[in-house]
Amino acid sequence: MTFIAKPQINYAGQARNALDLTTRDYEGTISTLCAGCGHDSVSAALIQAFFELDISPHKVAKFSGIGCSSKTPAYFLSAAHGINAVHGRMPAVATGSNAVNRSLYCIGVSGDGDSLSIGLGQFAHALRRNLKMLYIIENNGVYGLTKGQFSASADVGTKAKKGEVNEQQPIDPVVAALGLGGTFIARGFSGDKEQLVPLIKAGLNHDGFAILDVLSPCVTFNDHEDSTKSYAHTRQNFHRAIRMDFVPPAEPIRAQSEEGKTVSVVLHDGSRILLRQASHDYDPTDRSRAFSYIQEHQERGEIVTGLLYIDEDRGDMHTLAHTIEEDLVDVPFEDLCPGSDALAELQNRFR
Amino acid sequence: MEAVQESGLNDFVIKLATVNGTGSASANSLLMRAIFRMGIPVMGRNYFPSNIQGLPTWFEIRVNHRGHLARTGRVDLMAAMNAETYREDLAEVSPGGTLIYDSTWPRDATLAREDVEILGVPLARMCNEAFTGVRPRILMKNVAYVGALAALLDVDIEVLRGLLEETFAAKPKLVGPNLEAIDLGFQYASQHFDCPLSTRIQRLDERREHILIDGNTAAALGCVYAGATFAAWYPITPSTSLMDGFRTFCEHFRKDPATGKNRFCVLQAEDELGAIGMTVGAGWSGARAFTSTSGPGISLMNEFLGFAYFAEIPVVLFDVQRAGPSTGLPTRTQQSDLLACAYASHGDTRHVLLLPANPEECFQFAVAAFDLAERLQTPVIVMSDLDIGMNDWMCRNLQWDDDYRPDRGKVLSADELEELPNFQRYLDVDGDGICYRTYPGDHPKGGYFTRGSGHNTAARYTEKADEYQEGMDRLTRKFDTAKSLVPAPVQLSAAQATTWGVISFGSSDGAIREAIELLAEQGIHADYMRVRSFPFGAEVQKFLDDHERIFVVEQNRDAQLRSLLSLELDVAKERLISVLHYNGLPIDSPFVYRAVYEQVKQSAAA
Repeated sequence: MTFIAKPQINYAGQARNALDLTTRDYEGTISTLCAGCGHDSVSAALIQAFFELDISPHKVAKFSGIGCSSKTPAYFLSAAHGINAVHGRMPAVATGSNAVNRSLYCIGVSGDGDSLSIGLGQFAHALRRNLKMLYIIENNGVYGLTKGQFSASADVGTKAKKGEVNEQQPIDPVVAALGLGGTFIARGFSGDKEQLVPLIKAGLNHDGFAILDVLSPCVTFNDHEDSTKSYAHTRQNFHRAIRMDFVPPAEPIRAQSEEGKTVSVVLHDGSRILLRQASHDYDPTDRSRAFSYIQEHQERGEIVTGLLYIDEDRGDMHTLAHTIEEDLVDVPFEDLCPGSDALAELQNRFR
Repeated sequence: MEAVQESGLNDFVIKLATVNGTGSASANSLLMRAIFRMGIPVMGRNYFPSNIQGLPTWFEIRVNHRGHLARTGRVDLMAAMNAETYREDLAEVSPGGTLIYDSTWPRDATLAREDVEILGVPLARMCNEAFTGVRPRILMKNVAYVGALAALLDVDIEVLRGLLEETFAAKPKLVGPNLEAIDLGFQYASQHFDCPLSTRIQRLDERREHILIDGNTAAALGCVYAGATFAAWYPITPSTSLMDGFRTFCEHFRKDPATGKNRFCVLQAEDELGAIGMTVGAGWSGARAFTSTSGPGISLMNEFLGFAYFAEIPVVLFDVQRAGPSTGLPTRTQQSDLLACAYASHGDTRHVLLLPANPEECFQFAVAAFDLAERLQTPVIVMSDLDIGMNDWMCRNLQWDDDYRPDRGKVLSADELEELPNFQRYLDVDGDGICYRTYPGDHPKGGYFTRGSGHNTAARYTEKADEYQEGMDRLTRKFDTAKSLVPAPVQLSAAQATTWGVISFGSSDGAIREAIELLAEQGIHADYMRVRSFPFGAEVQKFLDDHERIFVVEQNRDAQLRSLLSLELDVAKERLISVLHYNGLPIDSPFVYRAVYEQVKQSAAA
């Protein structure tokens, strides 16, 4: 399969955003993933989120590594630059790009193999730098492109399509991120777009590393009865710890609290997220509570979803590196080169 | 027959044997800089252990009025300050040489040499009496031996005083004790020995247009002047001081005057894979970005080098080579990464290499590397080594042309994209193999998906045989274009016509130039070419064609330059005679002299 051009279909009455663009302007090429792949739903959620946020498509930089998930940046935002890096090393490439071009929205799409096996170190260190990016892990528990080997997120006891049983402990990116000091930690499900879209919006506007683990079933290799990453299993066991609305800076808050109290967190750019607690004892600003909550539910076989932890005040990589507010790529050469007089002066110290 | 190399006025080698971590490095540097200030060509080489404190370390200063600063293997004056290595230090002194040692404690009387003058100075005793505190006593003992050497070598005390005042400008209280220590050694030597020695200094004052600088510092400065805004690295000897230098210069030159914030970003990555990945990301985004490393880092960076080659992303690497393989000798020099860099990564790849021979070229090639990386949209590796990178070399003043503007290569602006019907990232419109690129965020028409998988001219994924092969052939075309852009070789013609040639690269240069001069005095003439880049241009082929036998001098075991010449150019292997120096020490001129002399005499006899 090579590339298939996607026809631009425009019809009257399409919704247009503040930039006078339609969702078509946020699409990419036609997906070459299997029919029914969870990843395509994530791409659709991304398209909707970028469209609704009125972000110019070319003001986004897309990053991915290697694997099924890493192909997906081709399937949204064709006008944006994207880079399909080497396996497990996308966080480094995103780091370098964001370091010099911070005004672009930075989004990475990775998988459980790319992030939790070969790229676990890079994932942890991008998080540690608090690189301002939305980092999505499309998590399906298997290596799809190499035909169904277990990944590091496969649960103990889960059975491969060919019958092999996984006995190794899984690495849960959400629990890992909590332990590593992550500042925005969320989990979603590719089959729950209603929850996914606001999580994407909030993650894109978080002032730091926003990790969004999306359970995204592999229809070909891991959607059978003995899998804990199947559509059926996920639908049956997923548990929303918290409901969330994303409110852009200019918009008034409309959402009403249905149950429990509503907590509002103001993001760096002035947008807000409204957290409505599905479960009355959940507080997403309490790291240790988030830990125990997730673990308690995990022991019951439940998959906790939602924005599970947020700390908006840590300061991103640029804050820590004291870089200028402007993009480094925009600094004129005259401001970068000290010139011949300075060189002559400087050399006095080498005599 | 040995080369005639006798010590004497403004022509000798001093070696200082000390213990790592005792502060001897600054004392040694003080002595070297004083000789430099008196106008005599000088170079210092540090032979240090991979250790922070306690192991033996040596500093070697070559003084030569003719400007030959390569290693010679000779020691005319040894300062044996490390009891642990006294035996081997004494053994290393050349016949007729002098050794000074700390006579506070008796030395082993069985260790003596008829042909070496041994001078004892009670350094520790004098310093213990003059100073208080353990650390000051240790530090001042180093300064005191500089004083004793100054008396023996006739180094101007006023020059030492000036240097100390500059060094401690911020802490003027330290000048007094240091001068006192200098004086202790100086007075003792003056009173007890016949000063100065025949190997001594006489002011020349011919070196005003020169500086003493190490290659890493010079390269760092080149990166600043080239306009690099991003650097990522992982600490590794012997390249660490390059990034330290870059950061220090940026702190000085690159603060936004309005906000005090940084117009640069230096990130210490989690490993070399991260460092090169970040550099690739920044280069892709339109910044001038680089990483510095050494052999083990190059090994780790291979995958990304192939990616940047195939996806055509400009990045600059500095490989400050050390002795391999594996961890090898982290604090010793070698030129053994040549092949690993030329063909780094799996699949068909070839990389542009720049091969500086001294710190001045480190500065110039750093700037050239960014221009070439952006012009050619590919990784450019500047291959220095520990000898160049970490030792202080005497170089001509670094020059800067204020009319210089970076060559950003073929980049489409937003306006140009607006006019363009459609943009194809990998379309070669003018036959040089180089395509137009776009920066992220500039224009919606400029967007494309960069990938290390097969791609066609429109940057779309492809597995089609013809599209893939077309792309690979274009990369070959691009590499051919590079031949005319990279720095040309430097040539030195023999005084008379000869069929012998010598070819080398990098830090082997000094030893070869000296050897060639000595050989000419013996009636052996050879033309010399130092290649300064890869791919090789037409001049290199011509040099091979013009000489019957060519010595290929390099500092590695496996004759990597010879291999590269054989692989890339048309030359019969047997015409290339290897001269290989690979024990971790910098190549010395007598070694080159002997190798060439013996081969030429043997050929004449045959």
